[in-house]
Amino acid sequence: MLTLTSPVEIWAHRLPAAAKLGALSVCTVLLFSLTTPATILAALALVVALYASSGAAFATHGARMLRPLWPFVLIVGIWHLWTSDPAGGAVIILRLTAAVGAANFVTMTTRLSDMIAVIETLTRPLAAFGLKPRRFALALALVIRFIPVMADRMGQISEAWSARSPRRPRWRVIVPVTLAALDDADNAAEALRARGGAD
Amino acid sequence: MERNLTHIALFAALIAVLGLVPKIDLAAGVPITAQSLGIMLCGTVLGARRGALAVILFLVLVAAGLPLLSGGRGGLGVFASPSVGFLIGFPVAAFVTGWVMERTTLAPGVAATAAAVIGGIGVLYVFGIIGMSVMLDKTLTEASYLAMAFLPGDAVKVVLAGMITQSLARMRPASLLSRA
Repeated sequence: MLTLTSPVEIWAHRLPAAAKLGALSVCTVLLFSLTTPATILAALALVVALYASSGAAFATHGARMLRPLWPFVLIVGIWHLWTSDPAGGAVIILRLTAAVGAANFVTMTTRLSDMIAVIETLTRPLAAFGLKPRRFALALALVIRFIPVMADRMGQISEAWSARSPRRPRWRVIVPVTLAALDDADNAAEALRARGGAD
Repeated sequence: MERNLTHIALFAALIAVLGLVPKIDLAAGVPITAQSLGIMLCGTVLGARRGALAVILFLVLVAAGLPLLSGGRGGLGVFASPSVGFLIGFPVAAFVTGWVMERTTLAPGVAATAAAVIGGIGVLYVFGIIGMSVMLDKTLTEASYLAMAFLPGDAVKVVLAGMITQSLARMRPASLLSRA
């Protein structure tokens, strides 16, 4: 399946995932403790420099990943122009862009398998509460395996609907898709049990 | 045990698929995605504990870098964006929806609609509004005006969650683990 890791390999891909996540946490906390426009602008400049150091293709991809933010930028912008506090609005927008940009940078330079390895290490203490690491890994693998299967099936069900009716299927496909998911869950559970169980 | 695990995993996949499919326009002409409907269904079908675990599993994969949120969003960036409150609220919403579903003896359709209103709107919006208020530096009142933009879509999804749960209960009564 498609991941958000950038296919353009840069220097940051070679850093260990745990170090990147640790640095990101520290930077995000620091970023939200900044209040003056000048310091936040400097922080944003650092994030931009990170992307710029990684080549044009990587930077363009990074800019595209910020697109979902535009409704918030628009709302905050209009709001603060309306209340004639443009400096306050700029602080919020710049901080948001820097925080999301930094987080995206870590996502774009860390492979899914490395990220999952860190998550498994972090959740190991939860074994005391009954979350067995093997079960967790199995659940993650099942989700990744079944998303494309279910997406295909939803497509087939919509097509079957369109072959019978001139109208669009709309929400009605969700019932058969959910039923199929319940069946898949039962079948997968049986298959697991036949192969020695989940433990 | 295996059944619990596979149900949790398959419903995590279901949330993803409901958000991946572009423009499964639910009601006429309104391009809303079905993702939060998936959160509600986790609660109404799987019940409190399993439903919340399915949502957490889904969020773990989003954080790990899979573009599973509606519109192909994902990665760590979404947890630094103003919608982070809704993401944190998702598992709690599924839990409360499932909890209400397990506790009432009403007919499945009615119970699911009520549970989805309480969990999928009431509880979820508390988290969402707090999140937007912190991230956008607004008061809670101002942030709740912003959240109202999502209300019409979610009202539609609450009704759908009720109807879908009702259909599942009629077609396969044993499938509602929240009522098992």
